[in-house]
Amino acid sequence: MASGTSSQLAQRRLRIISGHVQPPQTPEALSLHPCRAPTAAGSIPKRRQEVLKWNGWGYNDSKFIFNKKGQAEFTGKRYQLGGMVLPALREWMEKTFGASLEHRTTSQASLNVVPPAIINEGFLHDLKASGISYSFDTEDRVFRAHGHCLNEIFALREGLFRRIPDLVVWPNCHDDTLKIVELACKHNVCIIPFGGGTSVCNALECPEDEKRTIVSLDTSQMNRILWIDEKNLTAHIEAGIIGQDLERQLGESGYCTGHEPDSMEFSTVGGWVATRASGMKKNIYGNIEDLVVHIKMVTPCGVIEKSCLSPRMSTGPDIHHFILGSEGTLGVVTEVTIKIRPVPEYQKYGSVVFPNFEQGVACLREVAKQRCAPASIRLMDNAQFQFGHALKPQVSSIFISFLDSLKKFYITKFKGFDANQLCVATLLFEGDREKVLQHEKQVYDIAAKFGGLAAGEDNGQRGYMLTFVIAYLRDLGMEYYVIGESFETSVPWDRVLDLCRNVKERITRECKEKGVQFPPFTTCRVAQTYDTGACVYFYFAFNYRGLSDSVHVYEQIEFAAREEILANGGSLSHHHGVGKLRKQWLRESISDVGIGMLRSVKNYVDPNNIFGNRNLL
Amino acid sequence: MAAAVVGAAGAGYSQKELSCKKKDEFEDILEERWQSSDIQFAMKCYTPAIYKGLSPCKPGTLKTIVLKSEQVQYVIKQLSKETGESSDIIQEEAMEILEEMGHSLRLGAIRFFAFTLSKVFKKLFQRVCVNEEGIQRLTQVIQEHPVVFLPSHRSYTDFLLLSYIMFTYDLPVPVIASGTDFLGMKMVNGLLRMSGAFFMRRTFHGNKLYWAVFAEYVKTILRKGYAPVEFFVEGTRSRTSKTLTPKFGLLSIVMDPFFKREVFDTYLVPISISYDRILEESLYAYELLGVPKPKESTSGLLKARRVLSENFGSIHVYFGQPVSVRTLASGRINRSQYNLMPRHISQRPSKDLQEFVKDIAYRMELIQIENMVLNPGALVAAILLQNLPGMDYDVLVEKTLWLRGLTLSFGGFLDWPGNLSASKVVRSTLTLHSNLMNLVDGHVVLLGGWKEESRLTEELVFQWAVSVLMCASYRNQVVNVFVRPALVAISSEMAQSSKKEDIYRVFIFLREIFSNEFIFLPGSALKDFEEGCFLLTKCEAVQITAHEIIVTERENSMVSFLSTMFKPFTEGYQIICRYLSNDMTQAFTEKQFSSGVQNFVSQLLVTGATQCYEALSRDMQNNALSTFVRLGVVKKIQLANGFTFCADKEAVNKTADKLGSRIPSEQRLISRL
Repeated sequence: MASGTSSQLAQRRLRIISGHVQPPQTPEALSLHPCRAPTAAGSIPKRRQEVLKWNGWGYNDSKFIFNKKGQAEFTGKRYQLGGMVLPALREWMEKTFGASLEHRTTSQASLNVVPPAIINEGFLHDLKASGISYSFDTEDRVFRAHGHCLNEIFALREGLFRRIPDLVVWPNCHDDTLKIVELACKHNVCIIPFGGGTSVCNALECPEDEKRTIVSLDTSQMNRILWIDEKNLTAHIEAGIIGQDLERQLGESGYCTGHEPDSMEFSTVGGWVATRASGMKKNIYGNIEDLVVHIKMVTPCGVIEKSCLSPRMSTGPDIHHFILGSEGTLGVVTEVTIKIRPVPEYQKYGSVVFPNFEQGVACLREVAKQRCAPASIRLMDNAQFQFGHALKPQVSSIFISFLDSLKKFYITKFKGFDANQLCVATLLFEGDREKVLQHEKQVYDIAAKFGGLAAGEDNGQRGYMLTFVIAYLRDLGMEYYVIGESFETSVPWDRVLDLCRNVKERITRECKEKGVQFPPFTTCRVAQTYDTGACVYFYFAFNYRGLSDSVHVYEQIEFAAREEILANGGSLSHHHGVGKLRKQWLRESISDVGIGMLRSVKNYVDPNNIFGNRNLL
Repeated sequence: MAAAVVGAAGAGYSQKELSCKKKDEFEDILEERWQSSDIQFAMKCYTPAIYKGLSPCKPGTLKTIVLKSEQVQYVIKQLSKETGESSDIIQEEAMEILEEMGHSLRLGAIRFFAFTLSKVFKKLFQRVCVNEEGIQRLTQVIQEHPVVFLPSHRSYTDFLLLSYIMFTYDLPVPVIASGTDFLGMKMVNGLLRMSGAFFMRRTFHGNKLYWAVFAEYVKTILRKGYAPVEFFVEGTRSRTSKTLTPKFGLLSIVMDPFFKREVFDTYLVPISISYDRILEESLYAYELLGVPKPKESTSGLLKARRVLSENFGSIHVYFGQPVSVRTLASGRINRSQYNLMPRHISQRPSKDLQEFVKDIAYRMELIQIENMVLNPGALVAAILLQNLPGMDYDVLVEKTLWLRGLTLSFGGFLDWPGNLSASKVVRSTLTLHSNLMNLVDGHVVLLGGWKEESRLTEELVFQWAVSVLMCASYRNQVVNVFVRPALVAISSEMAQSSKKEDIYRVFIFLREIFSNEFIFLPGSALKDFEEGCFLLTKCEAVQITAHEIIVTERENSMVSFLSTMFKPFTEGYQIICRYLSNDMTQAFTEKQFSSGVQNFVSQLLVTGATQCYEALSRDMQNNALSTFVRLGVVKKIQLANGFTFCADKEAVNKTADKLGSRIPSEQRLISRL
């Protein structure tokens, strides 16, 4: 509570100070923009390039490198792993991919060959008049021309984009957005909303044949928490706020949303809504569709929103579900009222080792059946377990390394687990201390029935850390001819094992057929549990040395993997979305009538295709 | 003596002599058996290459798994609801079915068989030749995927032989779906079980529980990679040596785990087993003539041991390229058809799936045919049958040599000893089949009591028919190689026109009529026609222009040879039509039909009105009947106590006319040219 008041005080002071610093504005402009309060200090600046890599994942200062001794190291201080030496990683890379430190690829120094900006003079004129911030800067434009699909990162490193946004605009608030959309309609320009840029389904890719001006509408400056309602436990926030800032700022008031997708360092609330995001701790807090109470979206026909903040309504089909997952094809989400919860008193990681993946899945199924899943429960297969081991930092004391080998001995020799079969579930419990401990016991008891052995908090925590650094690891791989990607699906319980096995097998076979020299790395984890099924997450990477068109080969294999998923009763996507990457399968996924419904909504809301990123349909 | 001749012929064998396209080297696995101890062989260290995903379990556990499976439990619950019977009782029924059905594969039994079969095979056969490359391919695929063996079925020896080969090459012995007729054989059935046989009832229409238990049993074996599954697409032993049209039930069961993605893939291995001489040859002939097959019994088996003193030549086993079901299904099956229902509830297979299974069944048989090693005996039989009751030896040799060339150019996989003169090859063939043919004074005759002068009686007809059918069964080994060009040739005769489209029309009719006799891939009439035309052109029997097919004068004898080769079929079907047309009864059962045709034909034979002894064959009668039913010429009516049939006289006559419209005289044919 105390911290909450002090931060409000600080905000007020900031506002006063900025009033002094800001250039004088016309009174008219001020009254037109009552919301033009100073933007909250976000973790990612308006000029993203100051902090973020232009040709890879995440922060400039954080990356894997091989040091002079040839050992892998993670730089920077942002992550737990920062500054640590990872002695096993090199060997793992060499063994898994046949990669070698001698064979490197290098990224181009910058991407400055870009198509010239197409400028709609009328739009620009009106935009200038509105006082909304914009930029033609090449770097700004390139930064918003892509998400993080392999082909996009590859293009940044070694290729070029055929089409990028012509102009970037930064609305400061809902009204700015309204103005921009109005101008876009007036001058017929194309808007592509941009939040955190973490899309992995080519959703941000500009349609090559778009002849109109493409405006990238960057929501990052709409990043304030507008109010917190402690009675109803809701917060009203602007959609451009990124996950980590949201949680930190709510935390200052003692609250959280609990929504933690793996991309939460960079992705925005608006992006979550637009893709139907899912958070790691959805078992307690729910997925984004469970979390939002109210959504405000600016569309070419105006603003869509509900008239009250009621917890549930029977008012025909829920209009939120036209917005959730609309992937920027209907409008821009500007403000969201979201559920909040008090920050949990106690958090505890945990892990369980199972003799094999089958047993692990059976255990997760039982946990789901008994509806006692902890905040997060994930099951990594053997390959991922070994991968996790490759990321173990150098241990500082002999004692710890002794303990490690003792543990290994206990599990493999004493308990008879096969090191090439066993797999690990990572757990995260949250709540008040007593209940967490009780809950923990319940879950471990179930695990024991499936041959699971508790394997400590450290292993659990490292498992979660892995998800944050894996994207950095891809950048390292790309320097050594290794390309990879993650993809996900959701599937009924009874098909989980078959799907995991078949998809991995399919990838291995496709690689062989396509002439990939070294067997690929394929691994999966059951990342979420539901009453009726699970979300499965795959990593897949291979060494592309010797292939002439590696990205194309990669895409063919990814295509085959998705076909396999669908043949195994898996969904097109659990939370990554459709974008342009998976459009070709949407019709068979939701039926002709389903497509027709979506299309008719699009035709009504945006008949001129102002929001022309061409995702979904 | 006989053995000596054939043995001598065998000694000089090296595999280059095996004709043409297939490079595979054959290895005689008996060779080593002649040289080293059979006991040691049977007791050798046996550690077969196994499926990588194998989860080992005992035969008993397997039964429990099947019984407890969702699939079986679901059906039990359903039945309990439907019948009001308690589910415990149905459960017990299911257990009984499992007990009746289940194998109890045991290493001891396999070793026992390894020993005894070594002895028996050495007694009976000169050589047992296996293509080694096929074994290598198999070794690889067995470790990667569940595997299904699909051998051709000509003899009881087939499955013993295959398991024996697997043991020899250190490969896992398969579990084998065999008919419950074996269950009557005491001891033997136990031994068979222990060597991996499991038993299925021949019919279980409408018995939901049986079907569920059986299907789940087979699928569990496949899913667990427990052992290769073996069954016969033909369903039963072909009594005629002609490949039988496929059965689809088991094939769709073994493919089901893949369709439901319970396994990544399943490989089908077509296996062609050919015998120089079939153990059951005379038995089959009697069966075809309607003398009932002796029920399998142990004492019967013991009586049959006298065959041990005879020589049965060589066996060739060709393991075909394993075929991936996944590859076959790619793009042909709607992949999400199983997504909307729990997989343990059995669904009626969709239309595309049924079509697919059917297609694959035929394809597998076509591969079997293609890989079937043919022996000179088949050629000799084919020629002799056109020259009954006998012919000049030298002419026979000359014609056999000619037919050899033809067989090779039609793609037949002929096993011809290259280092021997044609005369010696024919002679050793005659020796091998000395119970059937004989060489007297430079004249080769078919044995069987043919007397030119005496008046034929029904008994004599029967005796002669046995010989003709036995001889025909050897000819039948090659008919599927010749059928496409032959039907084109016959069509060109029957069409009385050289217009391609007229000939094609007749071809389609014949192909349709004979689709129970020969193996044609459904829906590929045009391809078959083109293949036939191509082969005829290749050996210059016809000339094909844009619109015409013209029989060349020079190779007219070939065309007439081909049409004579298939005359028993065209004529046989015509006779059956005539019978149906004359038959005065309103409706008849299958039995009445058979005996009716039989009487009718033997009257014709006694009076000398026909020479078509093959029309006496039950096989042909049944094929014709089901073809006529399929074509709507005969109606099949379900009654409470079975089926009855009723012929549409008009349609029968029409069919007979179409079949009879060929012009027998060669003069007409030549004059047209």
